Parts: sequence; C-alpha cells; structure tokens
Amino acid sequence: MPPIYTLHDLQQSYNGRRVLAIDRLDIGRGEVLALVGPSGSGKSTLLRLLNFLEQPSGGALTFDGEPVTPRLALAQRRRVTTVFQRPALLHRSVAANIGYGQTLRGIKPDNDELAAWLDRLGLSHLARQSAPKLSAGEAQRVALARALILRPDVLLLDEPSANLDPYNIGLIERLVAEAHSETGMTVVWVTHDIFQARRVAGRVAFLLEGRLVEVADAAKFFTAPATPQAAAFLRGELVYS
Amino acid sequence: METILDALQEALGLLTGFDPALMEVVGMTLRVTGGALLLATLIGLPLGAALGLRDRVPAGGCVMPIIYTGMGLPPVVVGLFVYLMLSNQGPLGRLGWLFKPPAMIVAQVIIALPLIVGLTLTSLRSIDPTVKLQVRSLGATRAQTAWTLIREARLGVLAAIIAAFGGIISEVGAVMLVGGNIEGQTRVLTTAIVLETRRGNFALALALGILLMGLAFGANYLFHRLSDE
Ligand SMILES: Nc1ncnc2c1ncn2[C@@H]1O[C@H](COP(=O)(O)OP(=O)(O)OP(=O)(O)O)[C@@H](O)[C@H]1O
Ligand SMILES: [Mg+2]
Repeated sequence: MPPIYTLHDLQQSYNGRRVLAIDRLDIGRGEVLALVGPSGSGKSTLLRLLNFLEQPSGGALTFDGEPVTPRLALAQRRRVTTVFQRPALLHRSVAANIGYGQTLRGIKPDNDELAAWLDRLGLSHLARQSAPKLSAGEAQRVALARALILRPDVLLLDEPSANLDPYNIGLIERLVAEAHSETGMTVVWVTHDIFQARRVAGRVAFLLEGRLVEVADAAKFFTAPATPQAAAFLRGELVYS
Repeated sequence: METILDALQEALGLLTGFDPALMEVVGMTLRVTGGALLLATLIGLPLGAALGLRDRVPAGGCVMPIIYTGMGLPPVVVGLFVYLMLSNQGPLGRLGWLFKPPAMIVAQVIIALPLIVGLTLTSLRSIDPTVKLQVRSLGATRAQTAWTLIREARLGVLAAIIAAFGGIISEVGAVMLVGGNIEGQTRVLTTAIVLETRRGNFALALALGILLMGLAFGANYLFHRLSDE
C-alpha cells in the first residue's frame, strides 16, 4: 500500500532560521511511528506540518497521494488530528469537550458512544463537570477521547503523557493501542521517554537539529542503532549533529 | 450632617413615589446609554474579534497605542469633538442632531468603542496558543475557530461590555456638551445630578444618585449572571 504521507526535502523556517529540513520520509498507513530527538530538534514542528496547521517554507508534503497545499480540502484535513502535551480543553463540560470534534462536523453526539467513552476513561461521574476543573491526568484522558471518538485516519501525539503518573501513562498507551488495532489508524507519537517509544512503536524516526538522522524498525533502533548520534541519544548523552 | 439625613429621607420619598420627572430622566438615561452600548457592541465586538484572532494585529505598532489611548479618552474632549462636528457650521451640522439624543448616543459610542475593541482584542489574544492549534487540529473551519475562540474569551468580552457600560452611564462631560441637559429632552441622570446640586435641591440630586448606582448595579448584576456558568 502506498504511504499515507510522503515528505520530500520538507523544510520549515521561522524568521529566517531553518528548524526543520527532512530530505525524505514516508509514513506508512497504519504504522505506529515514534518520533524522538532532543528538545528543540523540530518534532512538534513536524507534527504541525503533518496536521496542516502551518505551511512549510519549502519542499513537498503529500497526504494520501495528494499534495498538501493551503487549499487542502476540509474533508482531508479532518482525517488528521493531534493530541498535545497540554490538554487544551475548552471551558465547557467534559461531555461537550469530548463531543467537540463531532459538533464541528455537524454530527450529533451519540449519548451511548459518549457514555462508553466516559466509562473507558473512568470519568463517568464527571460528564457534567466543567472541564477546566479536571486534574491533569483526567484532562489528558478527555483530550485523548476527544480525538479518538473522531476515528481519525492519522493520530498525532505530541508528548501526550509527559508529566503524568504511571497509571495515566499506562491508560493512555492502552487506549491508543486499542484504537490503533480497532481502526488501523496511523499513529505518529512524539515522546521523550525512550522506554515508552520502545513499548508503543513499530518504527522510530530520530530527529536531530531539524534533520532526520536515523529511521529504523523499533527493534533495531533500540538494540543496534546505526548512527553514533542515535547511540549517544539512547545512552542519555547530549548529542549534536 | 442634618442636611444629608434630611436629603436622604426626602430622596427616598421621591424614589418610592415614582416621581414622574425622575422616571423621565431614568428613561432617557436608559435609552441613550442602552442605545450607545448596543451600537458600540455591534461595531466593536466584530472589530475586536477580527483584530484579536489574527496572528498579528495589522500595523499593530500604531493601532494598539491608538486603541489604548481611545480607552482612556476624556469624555469632555469627545463631547467637544462631537459638538464641533454636529454644530451648525460643522460638517455634519445638517443632520440637526445637536442637543438631541442622537448626539449623546454618538458621543457615548465614541467613548465606549475603544473599550470594547481593546478589551475584546486582548482577551482573545490571551487565549493559550495551544488552544487555537487544538481547535483547528480537531477540524474547525476558520469561522468555527473564530466562534469557538470568542466563546472561550466570553468572560473578557463581557468584561469589555461592562467596562464600556460603566464608562458611559457615569459620564457627564460629553452628554452635557452635546445634549445640553434640556429638561424632558436630553436630561440624563448625571447631568440632572449636576444641575440639581447647583440649585441646592440636594434631595432630588441624591435620589438621582441612588438611581444611577441602582441602575449600574442592576446592569452589572445581570452581566454577572450571564457570565456565571
Ligand atoms: N512558531 C515558532 N516561531 C519561532 N520559532 C519556533 C516556532 N516554533 C518552533 N520554533 C523553533 O523551532 C525549533 C524546533 O522547535 P520544536 O518545538 O519543533 O522542537 P521539539 O523537538 O518539539 O522540542 P521539545 O522536545 O522541547 O518539545 C526550536 O528552536 C524552536 O524555538
Ligand atoms: Mg515539542
């Protein structure tokens, strides 16, 4: 099957400073790709490009065989969504937050589906609660459900479980894994936790100062990285390109 | 001390008797300030939203200081300006609005508008940028993004309207200049208080003052209830 994304010489600059320059990357349909790299290496920038939230300053990006331009159809844009590190919930009830994406699409939120999600998240007792009052872990679970209920073709995760406790980290990993196996969605997962990357990913892409240094199957990347930079990164050393 | 207590007692008498002259003044105040607030909101809210939703305010280096200065415009200067515009020799003199309620509404709109634009704009700008990204990432169109963010900023938008209301209902300089404080025609609570105090009608002035504060409280109570979820 053709890849869901292809990146050719994709670049992003801010104020004349280039922060991303990817020569070539294909992201396969239905894969779970972990995106790792030191802070500032361009991981979040790449996710914003993959979610069509900003325009690249150069190069070509295709989504499902179609070139990504500012005029990309709404229906295509809506096949992709991101969960950010901060849950960014709206000042509405938990239920309204989970149903927000559906509301945007003119879909009437289905109460049974909502109840099922609240149950899975362990949040049934909080459905009517105002979302800003939730704890960090509860809020992130709501943010995840708000994305998963849309059954996106591509789920982008930008450190969704950073700063959370082991219980919430486990729950988030399990919910994503279940959604992935149910729908076959593509997942691109940015994480600082290499153990998490090891648990969830089929493939790993390692970014360093905006460049893709190594892309490999997870089993290979974590046991026998091909580049000295990746090896140093895995040892927890400060790395430069 | 005696005068104050006497005046207070008399004032309460006037209030509970629903003195028709008093009610006339209240009605005019509500019409002028209510009309001005409505107009300023209808213009200022979309304008503030349009500016606040952009990544950058166009020519922000100039526009922002202008708006901030406008937020603190001395009402009497606004009154003077409107007076000159609407006077017989002025460019808009032919409208014949001077010393009539429309002139007072125009002046109050000019006072309220920068407050509504400026506060709406800042409340939209202070929304967490991640929320903006998140809303778009969940599939919002431009219009849906704008509407969602305005709803997120609703407390700030309401504060803008409250600030504008407080600014114009208590304002005296501009309405005095362009309205002329004509009995039964352009007399509002603030100008009536000035007049009655000068005349030594302290009871009436005090009654008017109590009414003004009551109106302000009532309106703010309403706004507060609106913002309470
Ligand atoms: N909107 C922006 N304007 C200017 N510079 C930006 C912008 N977004 C990102 N950058 C810069 O681009 C570089 C890459 O940032 P990015 O957020 O993509 O890194 P990251 O890999 O996600 O880092 P972290 O792991 O700390 O989240 C950084 O140097 C950052 O300062
Ligand atoms: Mg990041």
